[in-house]
Amino acid sequence: MQLVLNEEQQLLKESADGFFKSKAPVSALRALRDAGCDACFDPDVWAETAEMGFNGMVLSEDAGGIGFGYTGAGTVAEAMGRNLSASPWFVNAVLSAPLLNAVASDEQKQMWLPKLLNGSSVMALAIDEGGHYDPAGTKLAAAESRDGFVLSGMKSFVVEGANADAWLVLARSAGAPGSEKGLSLFIVEKGTPGLVVDQQVMADSRNYARLTFEKVTLGKDALVGAAGLALAGLSPILDRAAVVVAAELYGLSSFCLSSTVDYLKERKQFGVVIGTFQGLQHRAAHLFSELELTKSVVLKALMAADTDDPSFPVLASIAKAKACKTAELATNEAIQMHGGIGMTDEMDIGFYIKRARSLQALLGDYNHHADRYARLRGF
Amino acid sequence: MSDLDQFRDETRAWLGENCPASMREPMRNESDACWGGRGFKFKSDDQRHWLERMAARGWTTPTWPQEYGGGGLSKDEARILKEEMALINARNPLMSFGISMLGPMLLKYGSEELKQQHIPDIVHGRIRWCQGYSEPGAGSDLAGLQTRADDHGDHYLVNGQKVWTSYADQADWCFCLVRTDFDAPKHLGISFILFDMTWPGVSTKPIKLISGSSPFCETFMDDLKVPKNQLVGEAGKGWTYAKYLLTHEREMISEMGLGSGEALSALAMEYAPSTGGQLKDGFLRAEIASHEIDMAAFMATVQRVQHEAKAGGGVGAASSTLKYYGTELNKDRMELLLNIHGSDALEWEGQFANNGKIAREWLRSKANSIEGGTSEVQLNIVSKHILGLPDK
Repeated sequence: MQLVLNEEQQLLKESADGFFKSKAPVSALRALRDAGCDACFDPDVWAETAEMGFNGMVLSEDAGGIGFGYTGAGTVAEAMGRNLSASPWFVNAVLSAPLLNAVASDEQKQMWLPKLLNGSSVMALAIDEGGHYDPAGTKLAAAESRDGFVLSGMKSFVVEGANADAWLVLARSAGAPGSEKGLSLFIVEKGTPGLVVDQQVMADSRNYARLTFEKVTLGKDALVGAAGLALAGLSPILDRAAVVVAAELYGLSSFCLSSTVDYLKERKQFGVVIGTFQGLQHRAAHLFSELELTKSVVLKALMAADTDDPSFPVLASIAKAKACKTAELATNEAIQMHGGIGMTDEMDIGFYIKRARSLQALLGDYNHHADRYARLRGF
Repeated sequence: MSDLDQFRDETRAWLGENCPASMREPMRNESDACWGGRGFKFKSDDQRHWLERMAARGWTTPTWPQEYGGGGLSKDEARILKEEMALINARNPLMSFGISMLGPMLLKYGSEELKQQHIPDIVHGRIRWCQGYSEPGAGSDLAGLQTRADDHGDHYLVNGQKVWTSYADQADWCFCLVRTDFDAPKHLGISFILFDMTWPGVSTKPIKLISGSSPFCETFMDDLKVPKNQLVGEAGKGWTYAKYLLTHEREMISEMGLGSGEALSALAMEYAPSTGGQLKDGFLRAEIASHEIDMAAFMATVQRVQHEAKAGGGVGAASSTLKYYGTELNKDRMELLLNIHGSDALEWEGQFANNGKIAREWLRSKANSIEGGTSEVQLNIVSKHILGLPDK
């Protein structure tokens, strides 16, 4: 495995960089926030994203995608991270479509995949039930009934969940919370009686929802994959998605470094540009080193995600953990080195630090993945 | 079958026949390493055979040109050789500053005469080299060196003192930075010369370190005559050559001890208290996890930099990042080893503690972020040459 992008991947990267920089830069996110937009993304840009084929990044051509795999998805996520592009791309392209493609019935695939790929529907994935990512800890009850299932409980931190057309919901059909068995996955469509969708307004100004299930009755055809065995199909997708989030974090962190270095070259104090001060130079150079490590390990994990490498889960946790830590450092250092101006809303840095913490929490933060790494390594 | 597959098969067969069994066992300590040189006493016939067989094929220096005794392998073939050697745990047949430092520089900048004279002896481990760079007054500010080489027509007359000359007391030849022009700006008055340590006027004195060992020396040059034909390249351009060589040294130091040792997590489970398959000490567990995550990311970076260098463009300033991060990581690893073994790690002498191996290696590691350019110097290089931050 060569840790460099091939020509095709390099072209994709350039096209993704160009697209998100011009169509969905951080100024667009700022405008969406200031307008108090419910959807928190621009529908025109979303339609163009689908036209570019980005939603089919992971799926093979046979499955209707463009077959660039997770390495391709990583380049898109990195560009979105650098520009803080607001888009439901991640939930459709990296979560729902690959998940349905892997475990759903032919009918379910036929019904949903084309709509997820062309962007006419958004399908969010609902896993978390509290502040900490813990799929096995799922409590939301799915009681089996004569005609199907009845869901009772809640979900939170559902990314792109507020305006979704449907949700993939992880629920417990058997066993006690904490058990990896007994989990089942359901498709719940917008407007289903008993489902209450509350928008969660989060620090990063993006789209999240808290879902409440008050005896939501679902037919048997809502079940995705086998009852009780959801985690087996879900885990490989979640690990891969975590690495894509790591790529977004890397892109975000690299923006923090480059904008900070630019600032160090222009800001003057004591009659000189502050970039001449060794105290700041060394902070910036250390951050650069952390970014180099993050870039390498994220690329390695993305490439391994496109294979059946049995050590991939370990590598996925390494990549997410490293990207979380680097993003924390990059955003904090960016504010510190910008000084007082870095604390103002007028500067974009604030958007980056808020977005970073959401992405850090999404699909498991540093502690979650460092702990998981240790467990997988047997210590 | 592709050419590379065939090369792999042949290499595997050759190694199988030619690498002695005892050369496939891990080295117990530094004294198991083969350094070669005029005065080197082989620890066993196996060690001598292993060196001779590898050197005969040029495989002590796999990618160097065959005309000077090198292996003439492509980078892919060299990688395969490395992988096949790792597969059978084959020891490095020859540790050598000639290979890791001087050779690549001499091949790039040396005259045909100098290459013919010195490269084959490096390949075969017949001559052991030491590096005369630092001086008492020129550490991080290496270009401020003051050892003088006065032009006496057919030779230079060299006077001065070097310090931190690794293994100078066991070396046969020295590659050395001297000042040939005291009027030029400091970087432009430096020349790169080679001399035999047995020539009149050279003397060495070992420096005892906190680890108890003396791998470094002071080296004195008193009216040492160095013939002009031992000047590398042009007079006054020594700094360019020295920097090129340092890039190689940094790559070597950055990987020193990394990736080869047993995983800290495995050692911790063996030597530190655990319960139910988990370390009892939650802080230690967290620190080891954090260290191993960084280590994995570092090794991936070494890999990526190599692949990028192969795809075009050199390593250049990236070596400073690797040197900085790799050495800091290694120091961290040694501190964690101390935590894992507790007070046992501090035993200095005797069989139980393998003569203080852990304690001595821990202390040795403190020099990693000083030698070959301190961590701070590496950060300066990154700031200036990669980030483009201004001097003034």
